[in-house]
Amino acid sequence: MRRAEWFTELLGPIALVVLLAVASSLWVTSGDQVKFQNAIVYVALVTALYVFVGNSGVISFGQVSFVAIGAFASGVMTIPLDSKRGVLPTLFPLLRDHTMSSAWSLVLAAGLGAVYAFVVGIPLMRLSGIAAGISTLAVLGITYNILTYWTSIGPGSTVLSLIPTTTDYWQATVGTVAIICVAFAYQRSRFGRQLRAAREDPAAARAAGIDIHRQRLLAFTLSGALSGFAGGLYVHLLGSIATNQVYLDLTFLTLAMLVVGGISSLFGAVVGAITISLFTILLGNSELGIHVFGWGIKAPAGTSLVGVAIVMLVILLLRPSGITGGKEFSLPRSLRSTPRGPEPPTTPAPETGV
Amino acid sequence: MTHVQSLIDAIGVGALYALIAVGIGLVFGVLRLINFAYGQLIMLAAYALAFTDSWPDAASIVLAVLVAVAASLVLERVAFRPLRTADTSTMLVATFAVAYLLQNAALLQYTYRQRGGLGDPVGTLADLNRAVTIGSLNIRWATFLAIGASLVSLAGLALLLNRTSIGLQMRAAAMDFRTSRLLGVKADTVIMVAVAVAGVLAAVVAVILSITSPLINPTTGLNETLIVLVGVVAGGIDRLTSATLGGFAIGFATSFVGSELPTSGTTPFTSNVYMPSVIYLAVIVALLLRPEGLFARPGQGSVQRV
Repeated sequence: MRRAEWFTELLGPIALVVLLAVASSLWVTSGDQVKFQNAIVYVALVTALYVFVGNSGVISFGQVSFVAIGAFASGVMTIPLDSKRGVLPTLFPLLRDHTMSSAWSLVLAAGLGAVYAFVVGIPLMRLSGIAAGISTLAVLGITYNILTYWTSIGPGSTVLSLIPTTTDYWQATVGTVAIICVAFAYQRSRFGRQLRAAREDPAAARAAGIDIHRQRLLAFTLSGALSGFAGGLYVHLLGSIATNQVYLDLTFLTLAMLVVGGISSLFGAVVGAITISLFTILLGNSELGIHVFGWGIKAPAGTSLVGVAIVMLVILLLRPSGITGGKEFSLPRSLRSTPRGPEPPTTPAPETGV
Repeated sequence: MTHVQSLIDAIGVGALYALIAVGIGLVFGVLRLINFAYGQLIMLAAYALAFTDSWPDAASIVLAVLVAVAASLVLERVAFRPLRTADTSTMLVATFAVAYLLQNAALLQYTYRQRGGLGDPVGTLADLNRAVTIGSLNIRWATFLAIGASLVSLAGLALLLNRTSIGLQMRAAAMDFRTSRLLGVKADTVIMVAVAVAGVLAAVVAVILSITSPLINPTTGLNETLIVLVGVVAGGIDRLTSATLGGFAIGFATSFVGSELPTSGTTPFTSNVYMPSVIYLAVIVALLLRPEGLFARPGQGSVQRV
């Protein structure tokens, strides 16, 4: 592939995120800006999920476990010391008596996510298909259960609050773009290519000497690190977090975003997260009353979530392989500086004669 | 004797979960789809019970069955049929979207009716929530009902699958969909029958669930379905029998482990609040040892999607 082309492939998703950040910081009221920051963090969460699910073709319900670990670790470690001793007296002394800057807590979140994913992945990555999906769901169940009840490592069933809200436009955008770059670098590396080959044809990949277990484990660990990091971004955006915020709903939502965008491309992950987030914001605001071309529309409270579900279904019905069709970003042909050869036919030409 | 008590309670829960497992397993058999919206179907049937609480019990139950079957068929027609040839992940996410839709629709009706609280009460068959005392055992009538209903449903299903033409077609379709179509099995009919039967079972589950937890809210049936989904796969989703056994086993284990673990203790795995972790860990171990399912016939793992 020509150099210009990979550059475009990477630039497309980044440009979307930056555009969303710049446009919303300029033209959106400050009250609504946090919703757009939230959308950017969702891009981070979905991209982290994509690194494993998109490249391996194995559905994982477990990535939100790493988001949860990252979010809670990052949250617990950044609460100011004097208030932490008061609100979380049951913590292990190591956690209770130390604190760190928000930036370092993101590094910690990524590290813990990676370690947890690696340990879990060693046995689980031997599984494939439904067994892999359900066992990762079981991991999510265990993570949620332990985080909810073990008060030595976190707030237990109460809400963890007083977390410094350091995720502003800068941190959200820089963090998310960093995740996109890592995801892109990975999928173009030989490891990423091996895993994608195994996704398309496991038998052929194995015959070509690809160690599928090892490649899946690598992607799972990287995805765990990025998920933990994204969890750190998320918690510093929210300022407070409870365990059910990083459980099933988030799992289903991020998977839905990925599939709606197009499961097998990075661009799909970014487009899916942004599309669904924008619909959520739009429909959410229509509950407060919006004006479109002079018409005042006010939807009844609670309709927005129903609307988002309908939007997802409609997109899936119209484009079953996602908005991007699982393809990476490319410029329209007329804008390309170096014209490419003719596109390969997508379906084999019908055979003539017998 | 308390162990016997937990054992009997566990059999009751297992029987109920087996019913959910059959509903999930039937649909999986013909569609190769794990229906994450099944819990919401149960919730819908439970709401049908709640809204018709003033009706006679029989009428209310009949309505719940009709609602669940209708909703099930509509879902199949609107969301699953157009996506039948799509990628598995697309179908899976379609079931999430449907689940999300139904759950939020259930929440939405509260804003219209300006009611909140813990949920809507259901009084259908409420008498069965009382316990009968045998020696030192207290067994709720609902436990008998769960066991009875699941035996009757399973027997009925066995008759349907083994003694009728449509049952034969369903079994053929579950084994090899494409070949069975070539041999004249009508795909749409088979799928609709499977989905409708799953709807009936959802209503039965809703009736039993609403006896022991009579307040219906948008999360009714959700946790049960989630854990059964896990159990069904651990048992072996490729065959209805192994899927049902998986459902029973996980229901039994949940209840039994929950009542046998000590009630206090905060360190993981030392008290009954960690029951889900114990169960999930066991499931992971089971899947690692036998990925095709604990109760699957050895060496019979079919080609899996998802």
